Amino acid sequence: MEDRDVKDALSRVLGPAEPELGCDACFDELDRYVELEAAGADADAAIPGLRAHFEGCPACREEHESLLALVRGDTERR
Amino acid sequence: MSALAEATVFDVEPLVVAGSTARPIELTLDPESREWLTALGSVGVLRDDAVARLHALLLHAARFEVARRRRALPHLRGDDFDDIANQAADDALVSVLRRLGDFRGASRFTTWAYKFALLEAAVKLRKRAWQGRELPLEPESWTAFASTDVGPQAELEQRAVIHAIEHAIHEVLTPHQRTVLVALALNGVPIDVLADRLGSNRNALYKTLHDARRRLRRHLDDCGLAVDGTREEE
Repeated sequence: MEDRDVKDALSRVLGPAEPELGCDACFDELDRYVELEAAGADADAAIPGLRAHFEGCPACREEHESLLALVRGDTERR
Repeated sequence: MSALAEATVFDVEPLVVAGSTARPIELTLDPESREWLTALGSVGVLRDDAVARLHALLLHAARFEVARRRRALPHLRGDDFDDIANQAADDALVSVLRRLGDFRGASRFTTWAYKFALLEAAVKLRKRAWQGRELPLEPESWTAFASTDVGPQAELEQRAVIHAIEHAIHEVLTPHQRTVLVALALNGVPIDVLADRLGSNRNALYKTLHDARRRLRRHLDDCGLAVDGTREEE
């Protein structure tokens, strides 16, 4: 296992307790979610289930982090 | 006993938009997105120029992703990263043009396009990192794990949960669920790598992982066990 902490391992095994989107729906909504976040809006209220999916899916979480960083970088350059 | 939290994977219904070639441009689009769609929907030099600009945009995003991850791939050379970024931009360009009709103006066009390049680059990098490696499909022993910041009672409860999970992985999950859960959640295999090896896709494997997690949670609930956030209060 990657992480030697039991709590983290349990979290990875059991995943989020809340309802969550799947990976395809995550991809469909990701751009809107990130722009809401970048604008300081309540992205979780607008797109429920996406934050929980990021908790459960490392791949989607990484791509979310990248898109948010990219968009914020663009905004700062504008 | 409290009720088990019934976490579900649900899908968002895609909005219906017109086809890509005859797509009417919505009035709600921001001017920049409108310009992208107009140019990409045109013909001749105008379209060629727009496609070239789009490729440059996607290459920018792919290089951004590669730069974020290159420290995790110390065995690759600079040329390898350039190749991956260019391949990702090429593949993303095909995807964006094919799915142009799916763009509904919920974000700026550039943000929508970026995600295709980030996905392509991230998947390629994950696969490269695991290239030639055998996938670990058997669970490691949980005895190697250490609890942090918990007292003796909490550690005892944690061990009971772990024991129940170990049992459930072998006895409650289907063979496919076990393979997917062990590889993804226990052994850290990237989901795209496992999908590639199993001839599946990310969405299908995540659904399997989700179903496996629900079974484990239900088993813990049946055993009267819970970990933080896994059960709803009555």
